[in-house]
Amino acid sequence: MSEQRVHFYQVGSFAVGNRLLSADDRTVQSSPHRTNSIDSGHRACQGCGEALGARYALDAAMRATNGQLLAVNATGCLEVFSTPYPETSWRIPWLHSLFGNAPAVATGVAAAMRVKGRSDVRVVGQAGDGGTVDIGFGTLSGMFERNDDVLFICYDNEGYMNTGVQRSAATPPAARTATTDVVGAEPGNSFGQGKDLPRIAMAHDIPYVATATVADLHDLERKVERAMSFRGARYLHVFVPCPLGWGSATNETIHLARLAKETGLFPVFEAEHGVVTNVSRIRRLAPVEEYLKLQRRYAHLFGAKGRPDIVARLQAIADANIARYGLAPERDELDNREDA
Amino acid sequence: MLRQLEGSKAIAETVALCRPEVVCAYPISPQTHIIEAIGVKVKEGSLAPCEYINVESEFAAMSVSIGASAAGARAYTATASQGLLFMIEAVYNAAGLGLPIVMTLANRAIGAPINIWNDHSDAMAVRDSGWIQLFAETNQEAADLHVQAFRLAEELSVPVMVCMDGFILTHAVEGVDLMDQATVDRFLPAYEPRQVLDPEDPVSIGAMVGPEAFEEVRYLAHLRQLDALDYIPVIAEEFTALTGRPSGGLIHPYRTEDADTIVVALGSVLGTIKDAVDHLRDNGERVGVLGITSFRPFPIEAVRSALANASRVIVVEKAFSLGMGGVLATDVSMATLGSSAVLNTVIAGLGGRPIAQHSIEAMIARAIRGELESLTFLDLDEGIIERERARMARTRRSGPFAENVLRDLRQNREDRS
Amino acid sequence: MERPFAITLDVGTSRANHTGSWRVERPVYVDRLPPCNDACPAGENIQGWLYEAESGGYEAAWRKLVENNPLPAIMGRVCFHPCESACNRVQVDEAVGINAVERFLGDTAIEHGWSLPPAGPDTGKRVLVVGAGPAGLGAAYHLRLLGHQVRLVDSSPKLGGMLRYGIPAYRLPRAILDAEIARITDMGVEVIVNHTVHDIDVERHEGGFDAVFLAVGAQLGKRVNIPAGDSSKVIDAVSFLHQVADEDPPMLGRRVVVYGGGDTALDAARTARRLGATDAVIVYRRNRDKMPAHAEEVEQALGEGVTVRWLSTVERFEHERLVLEKMRLNADGFPEPTGEYEELDADSLVLALGQDTDLSLLEGNDNVEVRDGVVQVATTMMTNEGGVFAGGDAAPSDRTATVAVGHGKRAARGIDAYLRNVDFVSGDRHDLATADHLNTWYYADAPRTERPELERIRRQTNFEEVIGGLTEENALFEARRCLSCGNCFECDNCFGVCPDNAVIKLGGEVKYEFNYDFCKGCGICVRECPCGAIEMIPELI
Repeated sequence: MSEQRVHFYQVGSFAVGNRLLSADDRTVQSSPHRTNSIDSGHRACQGCGEALGARYALDAAMRATNGQLLAVNATGCLEVFSTPYPETSWRIPWLHSLFGNAPAVATGVAAAMRVKGRSDVRVVGQAGDGGTVDIGFGTLSGMFERNDDVLFICYDNEGYMNTGVQRSAATPPAARTATTDVVGAEPGNSFGQGKDLPRIAMAHDIPYVATATVADLHDLERKVERAMSFRGARYLHVFVPCPLGWGSATNETIHLARLAKETGLFPVFEAEHGVVTNVSRIRRLAPVEEYLKLQRRYAHLFGAKGRPDIVARLQAIADANIARYGLAPERDELDNREDA
Repeated sequence: MLRQLEGSKAIAETVALCRPEVVCAYPISPQTHIIEAIGVKVKEGSLAPCEYINVESEFAAMSVSIGASAAGARAYTATASQGLLFMIEAVYNAAGLGLPIVMTLANRAIGAPINIWNDHSDAMAVRDSGWIQLFAETNQEAADLHVQAFRLAEELSVPVMVCMDGFILTHAVEGVDLMDQATVDRFLPAYEPRQVLDPEDPVSIGAMVGPEAFEEVRYLAHLRQLDALDYIPVIAEEFTALTGRPSGGLIHPYRTEDADTIVVALGSVLGTIKDAVDHLRDNGERVGVLGITSFRPFPIEAVRSALANASRVIVVEKAFSLGMGGVLATDVSMATLGSSAVLNTVIAGLGGRPIAQHSIEAMIARAIRGELESLTFLDLDEGIIERERARMARTRRSGPFAENVLRDLRQNREDRS
Repeated sequence: MERPFAITLDVGTSRANHTGSWRVERPVYVDRLPPCNDACPAGENIQGWLYEAESGGYEAAWRKLVENNPLPAIMGRVCFHPCESACNRVQVDEAVGINAVERFLGDTAIEHGWSLPPAGPDTGKRVLVVGAGPAGLGAAYHLRLLGHQVRLVDSSPKLGGMLRYGIPAYRLPRAILDAEIARITDMGVEVIVNHTVHDIDVERHEGGFDAVFLAVGAQLGKRVNIPAGDSSKVIDAVSFLHQVADEDPPMLGRRVVVYGGGDTALDAARTARRLGATDAVIVYRRNRDKMPAHAEEVEQALGEGVTVRWLSTVERFEHERLVLEKMRLNADGFPEPTGEYEELDADSLVLALGQDTDLSLLEGNDNVEVRDGVVQVATTMMTNEGGVFAGGDAAPSDRTATVAVGHGKRAARGIDAYLRNVDFVSGDRHDLATADHLNTWYYADAPRTERPELERIRRQTNFEEVIGGLTEENALFEARRCLSCGNCFECDNCFGVCPDNAVIKLGGEVKYEFNYDFCKGCGICVRECPCGAIEMIPELI
């Protein structure tokens, strides 16, 4: 739940908008005047979480910067579906260079703005999880270490979806991808050590690191806003379900993001200067099965030849997250009344 | 005013005069002295405004330059050898996006075996990338080419690589006439980008282009290179008018007017070749030299006319395409197509092997006698080759031949002593 | 700026690519019937008036409310709110306190003196309404709205019927009752009290009425044959409550036994407590689960010191002593005698065993069908005789005030159709907005606001209102607990969650519109609509 304590407005803090809220308290997305940084006509799959996440984040960044925003994009789904010649979906200045260099390119853009005295113009770098945790990792770490004035946003859909659903370092254990097929003794992706980029980012002691999902818009927008209040390197890791890669129904995108958070599999938190300052506690704790069963990439874990042992290991990961970040639901969530 | 300067220092001073706004640095020998010197200037404030960014890799160096350039800043970086290869994806990308970045390439061999000394293998590896590649013969020319490079790059919206021989030029101290700021400013106007990231005028740069337009995009980039063929001599003349120095241009012919035999080469080795030619001329041989300054775009017409009257063309080059032969020679052969001239390729100076004047003279003499093989390796130690080949023939596990060669050399030295 | 070919593109150009062609299903906005509206016997648009109240538009809310029910302050007290039983909010926490908000609106209207809409243009038609209980009052109101002239007659000295003479003042203060009745009569209703109609045909023809609505209620307390000694005081609950309402309460003594298990039994017992009975004991033949009285009424009665003898029947009453036979429930839940007896001291016995209707006014009429003690009617509430309508407790019904008000409305519309000689058309009922259509995630948990109850000790001895009203703040909070089942309440979710920006936010009545040029049919908007106001339908190819 958002950090902001809200009065009781029928749909609380979870819906996109609310006619009962003052205009200032509404999300950017609720405004008919939002930027629509990524416009209609893009070629993202039906129900694409990344298209949604990108619009959420960039529209919020546009508001936070008063429209003075430049975006750098790594190669990947987001780039391919948004800018096939002769059409672009972007309504903001946007530059695509390569797969692995978006953080460095963003550094260059930021340097140009600084040298030209345009401190009002802010820079966002963005990539999928492959472009962030794998091929772009080196340049990202360099950008962090130098504390360049860039907000880097990773849209994490847990695999290389653009190339046909292959494994990335962000692919969760047991998940089926084209390069971690459901054959052999350990079907799906192996249980590795994980590559927890938000924590790696925190280890750089950069001013701001946060995670978010497309299921909690208020939280996501607030984090973009917060990120923009800092100078220096900032990192936002946004969880964006992929119906194609995960084998989920196209209408389940937001629901899955919600479940990822509510199971504890995807911890939602924020950190400043390397220290966790806020966590989004679980509101309605759900077992991992509830999340896994909606996705064909985990289908091999269920049914007659299911693997409850593997499900238990995934549950253990969720439980460990809950313990690490203190995500357990608050005893009494019914506190809105006090402020009403 | 002529100053005794290390080549790297001359480059740093000149680049600074060009008012770069973003300079990326990642160290690799023999480029280090250039970026070190620029770093001092930015840090002490004598080069301002300028963002000097110590990046974590050459890939980042070129990537940062891409970002800076696309956002409207004059961007500069320098690299060499492995560094160039590490950034090669971004090198292609900068050209594809038409970003007028200027980069110094302190030419160096490419491993393995790792070797820090000079040859042109690195430059040749990116000849198809879409960058303009200018080769400097001297430190003076290297410095002057940088001023011209920024002008050229920004005029055509194409990145330019100034190639100068590692150590031979970068670390050589010689007299260089540095330009003054006013002259540079007169020659090089402020950067006005052809496209720029601008919140007031948003565009999408770097679109995905499919089969329906990719070929056209490539052809247009090629036409831009052809434009450069026209433009390079123009700005060189302008430069000469301003400074009195004949730096730049497409080619530098030397005593070719009546030459039967013309030696073609890139970079600093031209000095040695000119000395050899002078000596051979003294002996009555009609020999000349054609220095090629603009390797990309390749000035095929200029080369053709320069070689029109020669019956023999010898291409001396510090790189080669394994399994094929000369790289420059292949290009030159396109210029001599249809002529009856004999073309020899001489690979020389790989990995920093000194190219001695007497070896050049002997080689030319053999060529004139018709004894030179069409592909020759200058000063090749045939003994080592034979012994290693024999060893490899004896046993499958013959070991790495680089190390074998070193052992062989040591053994030979001991045997001699 | 000259753009490099193909690599650099002008913004927004993708709008040329109409991705709507990918779609196999399309979302459409729908209005589903909220379960509260579905359950309301008075046909209130509860979700509709709560929507207005949510933004503090209390007068607009009240006006929307009285479109169907002119007695919100009364209903907000006496209705047993089947709407709340149907409320989907139980999926989140507890049902919305609709009844409390209704009362708040009703009270606020009285406080501010808001008047009902003016009567409609005069049709020249005259309607006689017999009985001024909730059915008669409801009918009179709606008939006036429709422009018909109304004469409202009642045999009692005051209007209100069972609202006045059956419901104790501690549940329904008389000032409230009077205020809401006055608002109806102020619309130009001709009122005649203390007038008993003996023959409906005579009354109709003498008065030249075009139609008649019989809303005579069920005023006769049922009696059973209980052997009782001469000195034993036995009275039926209806008479008892009526006398109390007339401020002429009978003397029942200190030990009062009430026989029966309905709400009237509870009213009688609680009233007896207030009149000074130290022991108010209800005798009921089944157990608490089977008791027809509403649970909260039972709870309140018990809290006031009323006691209950479960599984007991009254065998006889003599010499201030009741003999009870103990019962047990058989497998079907029906009580059967055990043959065991016990005794109970009592000064009086109040019989609350149900009510009958006095239909003597129909004795001269052979057309109107009376069966099972009530008048048989069609869906228009018309009897077998043209122009004669019946409703409320006199017609087949659950015999609650709310049902009666609903009958009044329905009868008024039936009469209107009859008078205009058109077919009675009932509005289309939308699909029910069942809980499975909702995405309850979006509703913040918020427990209902309980209305303050008078301190128990105080209420046992007087007729002050037991249940207090909501403050405005509470009412607003409670209104905002509404999930708006099946009806868009402009949360902007569809507008926000569309990955293709294919929802256009219009505001105003239309609220949103789909842009089918770009909608790919992913269905996220449907899945994330909190209230189930969007559905996917197959694309016609």
